[in-house]
Amino acid sequence: MTPAANRYDAIIIGGGHNGLVCAAYLGSAGQRVLVLEAAAAPGGAAANVEFSPGFTVSGCAHILNMLDPKVSRDLNLASHGLKLSLPNLKTIALAEDGRHITFDGALATNDSLQVYSKTDKANLADLRRLLLRIGKLLKDFYGTVPPRLGTESWSDRIALAKLGWAIRRLGRNDMREMLRIAGCNIADVLNDELESDLLKGAIGFDAVLGTELGPRSPNSVFSLLHRLTGEANGIPGALALPEGGMGAVTRAMAAAAEAAGADIRTGSPVARILVENDRAMGVALETGEVIHADIVVSNADPKTTYLKLLGPQYLDTGFVRRVKNIRTRGTAAKLHLALDGLPEFTGLDAKELGQRLLIAPSLDYVERAFNHCKYGEYSTAPAIEMIIPTVNDAALAPQGKHILSAVVQYAPYELKGGWENARDEFIDTAIKTISAYAPGLEGRIIARELLTPRDIEEKYRMPGGHWHHGELALDQLYMMRPVPGAAQYAAPLPGLYTCGAGGHPGGGVMGIAGKNAADRILKDGKSR
Amino acid sequence: MKVYDAIVIGAGHNGLTTAAYLAKAGMDVIVLERQPYIGGATVSRELYPGFTYSNCSYVCSLMRPEIMRDLELPRHGLQVIPYEGGVTMMRNGDYFATYPNHDQNRREIARHSAHDAEAYDYFGAETLRQCRFIKKMLLTTPPDPTSFKPRDLFGLLDIARRFHGLGEEWMYDTIRFWTMSCADFLDQYFESEVVKGHLAGTSIIGTALGPYSPGSAYVLLHHYMGEVDGSIGSWGYARGGMGAVSGSLANSFQSYGGEIRTAAEVEQIIVKNNRAVGVALSGGEEVLGKMVISNMDVKRTFDKSMDPADLPEDFLHRVRNFKIRGSSGKLNIALDGLPDFPSIPDGCRGRTGDMHVSDSMEYLERGYDDWKDGTWSREPYIDMMIPSLTDPTMAPPGKHYMSVFVQYVPPYLADGQWNDEKRAAFGKTVIDKIAEYSPNFKDLILHAEVRTPWDIENETGLTEGNIFQGELTMDQLMFNRPVPGYAQYRAPVKNLYMCGSSTHPGGGVMGAPGANAAREILLDMRIKT
Repeated sequence: MTPAANRYDAIIIGGGHNGLVCAAYLGSAGQRVLVLEAAAAPGGAAANVEFSPGFTVSGCAHILNMLDPKVSRDLNLASHGLKLSLPNLKTIALAEDGRHITFDGALATNDSLQVYSKTDKANLADLRRLLLRIGKLLKDFYGTVPPRLGTESWSDRIALAKLGWAIRRLGRNDMREMLRIAGCNIADVLNDELESDLLKGAIGFDAVLGTELGPRSPNSVFSLLHRLTGEANGIPGALALPEGGMGAVTRAMAAAAEAAGADIRTGSPVARILVENDRAMGVALETGEVIHADIVVSNADPKTTYLKLLGPQYLDTGFVRRVKNIRTRGTAAKLHLALDGLPEFTGLDAKELGQRLLIAPSLDYVERAFNHCKYGEYSTAPAIEMIIPTVNDAALAPQGKHILSAVVQYAPYELKGGWENARDEFIDTAIKTISAYAPGLEGRIIARELLTPRDIEEKYRMPGGHWHHGELALDQLYMMRPVPGAAQYAAPLPGLYTCGAGGHPGGGVMGIAGKNAADRILKDGKSR
Repeated sequence: MKVYDAIVIGAGHNGLTTAAYLAKAGMDVIVLERQPYIGGATVSRELYPGFTYSNCSYVCSLMRPEIMRDLELPRHGLQVIPYEGGVTMMRNGDYFATYPNHDQNRREIARHSAHDAEAYDYFGAETLRQCRFIKKMLLTTPPDPTSFKPRDLFGLLDIARRFHGLGEEWMYDTIRFWTMSCADFLDQYFESEVVKGHLAGTSIIGTALGPYSPGSAYVLLHHYMGEVDGSIGSWGYARGGMGAVSGSLANSFQSYGGEIRTAAEVEQIIVKNNRAVGVALSGGEEVLGKMVISNMDVKRTFDKSMDPADLPEDFLHRVRNFKIRGSSGKLNIALDGLPDFPSIPDGCRGRTGDMHVSDSMEYLERGYDDWKDGTWSREPYIDMMIPSLTDPTMAPPGKHYMSVFVQYVPPYLADGQWNDEKRAAFGKTVIDKIAEYSPNFKDLILHAEVRTPWDIENETGLTEGNIFQGELTMDQLMFNRPVPGYAQYRAPVKNLYMCGSSTHPGGGVMGAPGANAAREILLDMRIKT
């Protein structure tokens, strides 16, 4: 064994965005870091893929709305090439008759609302202000390592006291509202405050995007709040498109990590985490190669990390049971269409096609789409979030051609009868659904690809194809994410850490989990 | 004109509980009841000659033993007889029964899954642990987390201390239990569909949630909190029907000198200078009191029985947004004899308890989907019981009374309003479903009372017929129930109190809201008990 060349301070398993962020922070702190990525390029679920010759699309995540500004600054992503092609994406809730509602990012109001209701504009503004105030509180806690309950440690107690105090500081009314609303379902909140079905459907869909919830499921307000913690260009709750697709974001992160001295090895899938004397001391690759390090950091999801890479033999049975019980049933499929020209949508001009388009005409529509998913069926009338990135970024497709990238819900991970036979049917269903708003779309399609949750699981190694590495439910959050006892980014085995979306604060291209994990690792390093 | 110390609106079990506690403390209390009989939704009624129907609530267990002792209910005529388990009949002709005897229960579960028999003990231990934690909170007033009053701070501190005392693992389990879905909770333990289907039934009773909805695990717990003779989680029949509960409360109340007036419908609560001073009855008569206590749900109290000008606008807005969703219906059936249930073996005592036909959680969830779509469940959840097998006073010799609780039944139908024809169609759905499992059932029916959410509302005053006076979801529990900032039984108007199930800890024939309200009132009156 060559000790010097093959010896690192830290090995990071997985070059997804959180792994790269963690590597950059550790590298900047002077650690010698190696990132091992199974795929041919880093980026994980936020990488670009060429799904048809000449057509490049953001493989899984396709909108940037949550990237943490502190991470972005610390890593100096702008100097590593990150640019936004559309810094403040609008959302257009599509109506079949062309009377659409347009709003800024998440929840901002627009005059088109008055077409539908006299009061919605003012009420939505009130609701938005409230949700953003609560979202801001959440955001403050996203950037910190969660405390552990029931310990004698003063740092945990102080962290809990801080949490309590921050909630109190909201003031009596907001605090009451927060304690009430976090457990509510989004349908109730919207029905209480708003009138327009189209508007309620769009916001309700935003609240359940990527989750195993319908708008009537309690907990769905929380998942909306999670989205609202994000910002783009300093505007809270806004959405943006990066120039060059999401792959540009992870490319900039990889550049930042390398600039900080980290090595990135692609095409190097890890087979096992190696343990010696009750501590993690390196990894074995699938090729059999062994690499040693003081610590191992896993950007893989918790189930893969603990059950596959580490193995239950090193863990308590109670802990293993909790890991097995993490809910990771993905419900969102990703649809990519290569088009030989710009499609026409009823009531939209060419410029508007560059915005985010939602098919979720009412809360009932989304709830009915969800019904199917509960029983292992796909939605016969799915709710769809679409972008046509080529409107703002022509380089992603050949001259004059376009791409439609869509999240189609609901497509359950466990489909009765299996996905193999149903895939084409579901693509047809999705295209038919979109065609109701874009007549003539079908004639423009030259290539199509659908990633079901099963495909996402296989391709991106996320169990259940769940883009949060685990449902964002109240019982899987904060000090319980991914499981109690491992929610502080440290595994119950010395020398092993996790930095993925399976930990606090969950999924979305935020980079916060990677940063928090680095904080924890560096803090432990000092006390060592 | 006489001025009472307190006027209680509604002679439901909580109103009577509050009234009895106040009368016991020496106050001059009158209870006003709209119906010609007392009890609200805890009644025994002879709607068919010779038969006694518990035509609303039908089983007893949640009634707090502290209240039974304080008000000496057994001496005033309440006798609870535990029943012995239950049974779910399966679509494949098999059955799944539960028994009070641990070994027998285990053998029966093992018949469906050896794994589940093993898991059941863990499940039981965890549920019991959660019950113990919550039970202590039932008879306490929820502290206001936004307040800096010493009392609220100490209350919060006490909960935090008890919570911390659970130890790390249990603390997490407790948080999870309060927020997760019944399905996710049961999936952690069990693999057999029928075992899960049987247990999940209690998570949906009275609730506009399906077993797959987050938060439904708590409802499961809510129904597990009961105890009969100190045995936690067991259920029983009140001898003589549920009217025996309200009857014994009324007897207790009257023994302390209280006064009950039936057929006295309150039309409006009279407020002068931001103080409740009495009520106006529908005939125009006024009854005056130093305070008014409402056992009605919050919507009926504030939105229907008060002048909006007497209430803060924000409060009224929240009352209107409080979720009281009708989701249940009921059939009360007089039977000429005991129906056959061929899938239940002879001698299985499950027959004397709750009988079901929902043999999977998916069955229940699909029932919920129908409700969301504005129709009663085409395959309903049916909780049927034959109390006359245990309590012969309920029906003439050889004949039987059957109580059939049905979930889900929406108050608003997608294809128009409820009418007689639709009610009959709903009744037929339920009877046909039972007849699938009992060939001679239809022939035995002497009389059937079919009740939609509106029938329940019209009779008992419960908004949309919601048996809990408000959904038991996280946003409506504890300090959020019924309205954040008003969870301590006091209304925003002076001398006006709430004592119904709209307040903490919610519905079920528990008496806890009534007892808690009485305690707060006596605190305000500076009367020591």
